[in-house]
Amino acid sequence: MNPVATPFFFYLLSTLAILGGVMVIVRRNAVHSAIALIVTLLSVAGLYLMLYAPFVAGVQIIVYAGGIMVLFLFVIMLVNIDRSMKERAFNKQWWIAIAAAVALGALFVSVFVKSKGLFPERGLPLAEESNTQQIGLYLYGNYMFAFEIASLLLLVAIIGAVVMAKKRI
Amino acid sequence: MLSIQTFLIVAVIKTLIALVVLLTAVAYTVWLERKVVGHMQNRWGPTRVGPFGLLQPLADGLKFILKEDLTPPHVNKPLYIAAPIIAMVFAITSIAVIPFGNPITVFGKQIPLQIADVNIGLLIILGITSMGVYGVALAGWSSNNKYSLLGGLRASAQMVSYEISLGLSLIGVLILAGSFSLKDIVDAQSGVFWGFIPKWNIFQGQIIAFFIYLCSAYAETNRIPFDLPEAETELVAGYHTEYSSMKFAMFFISEYANMMTVACLATILFLGGWHGPMFGPALLQAVLPLVWFGLKVFCFLFLYIWVRGTLPRFRYDQLMAFGWKFLLPLAIANLVITALVVAWTA
Repeated sequence: MNPVATPFFFYLLSTLAILGGVMVIVRRNAVHSAIALIVTLLSVAGLYLMLYAPFVAGVQIIVYAGGIMVLFLFVIMLVNIDRSMKERAFNKQWWIAIAAAVALGALFVSVFVKSKGLFPERGLPLAEESNTQQIGLYLYGNYMFAFEIASLLLLVAIIGAVVMAKKRI
Repeated sequence: MLSIQTFLIVAVIKTLIALVVLLTAVAYTVWLERKVVGHMQNRWGPTRVGPFGLLQPLADGLKFILKEDLTPPHVNKPLYIAAPIIAMVFAITSIAVIPFGNPITVFGKQIPLQIADVNIGLLIILGITSMGVYGVALAGWSSNNKYSLLGGLRASAQMVSYEISLGLSLIGVLILAGSFSLKDIVDAQSGVFWGFIPKWNIFQGQIIAFFIYLCSAYAETNRIPFDLPEAETELVAGYHTEYSSMKFAMFFISEYANMMTVACLATILFLGGWHGPMFGPALLQAVLPLVWFGLKVFCFLFLYIWVRGTLPRFRYDQLMAFGWKFLLPLAIANLVITALVVAWTA
């Protein structure tokens, strides 16, 4: 079956992602911020699905929305929220943040305008059935080195966490 | 290929049927559990409502609806209301990708017995079940009660820990089948060895994986012997201490719906799905796959209840040690051995 109503889903998911992102920094209650971040991550997973990358979408939900955010929430739940809610959410870095955001936005716009001829109008999507297989072949073929380096970095992080957390090894 | 209108109509009908069957099955699993555990403990279980207490779920449902819905003060109201909804929505959604049988032909059109045949079915189920943690965790936090909070914390720590062994135990099956699609995994298990042993994954050397799956699944669904999040002796009722009437019922339904999902997944991945002996006239042959599927799911659920009637509860440190120091290495070893065997024979 051909895709139906793609613009509708694209704009819906993008709006949800942006709204969630704004809520993350606007809400005073940290738990609400965490939930808004989950909404953003889920909408991004939906966007991956629209780009014919079902494996990346699934992994995005399992790892980010289902794994990492649970741990975030776990830590936030132990923090005394009442005290942090009375503090001012915005401080003097506000102006720097706006300047940085505007600069980044300008960069995106300039890249988008200048590179119009560079990218093809519409990328050829990988066949949806073999998408997962293709990712596996690329990871263990062309990008073997980068993949191994990334796993080594993660291993270092795990060992570092254990060393720091445990008093006596 | 179906047109978009027929696709939508068929999808809605299938969703309705699946929902009704699922919720009925959930209600009668509760009945079965009370009856079986009752007999194991030399009691009768429910007997008053209807023959053999068969109408008990109906009476329970009515009671849940008619009870007063208390919202305690000091709770975080939006999250307090959202938590049971999140738990139930994610528990029920996973039924969408589970196949129940071979495609059937109605009015000359092939209709798969599955709401959505996606080629990453297994990943979707894992993702949805991992999202189900939020219902429990948020319920515990938003109730503003120390027992609830402890229950929620325990639940999220436990689910995150056991999710890893659960995922790793499934990869052996994926290697054997070579696909994420649940339908392809079932199809890979058709046929028999030496004329009588069915070619189910559990008989294809995945019996250790099945054991790991069983343990992790019990922990994921917060059932005895891993029901630490709602340990009555320490935590009153855990994360749903402050919930009453229909909100409590939603947690209850989501727990049993998760059990159904886990049972369906075990059937599909390890027990050969809807494959079984085929005999009789054409009409019987069309129904038999569904019967086999239902029978296998029933056996798995019975095992759940049996274990509940038999085993005591773990201590919390035992739970974590079992998950990280025993199940995880075992799952990795099983994965490596399966991969080696498959690479050797390929």
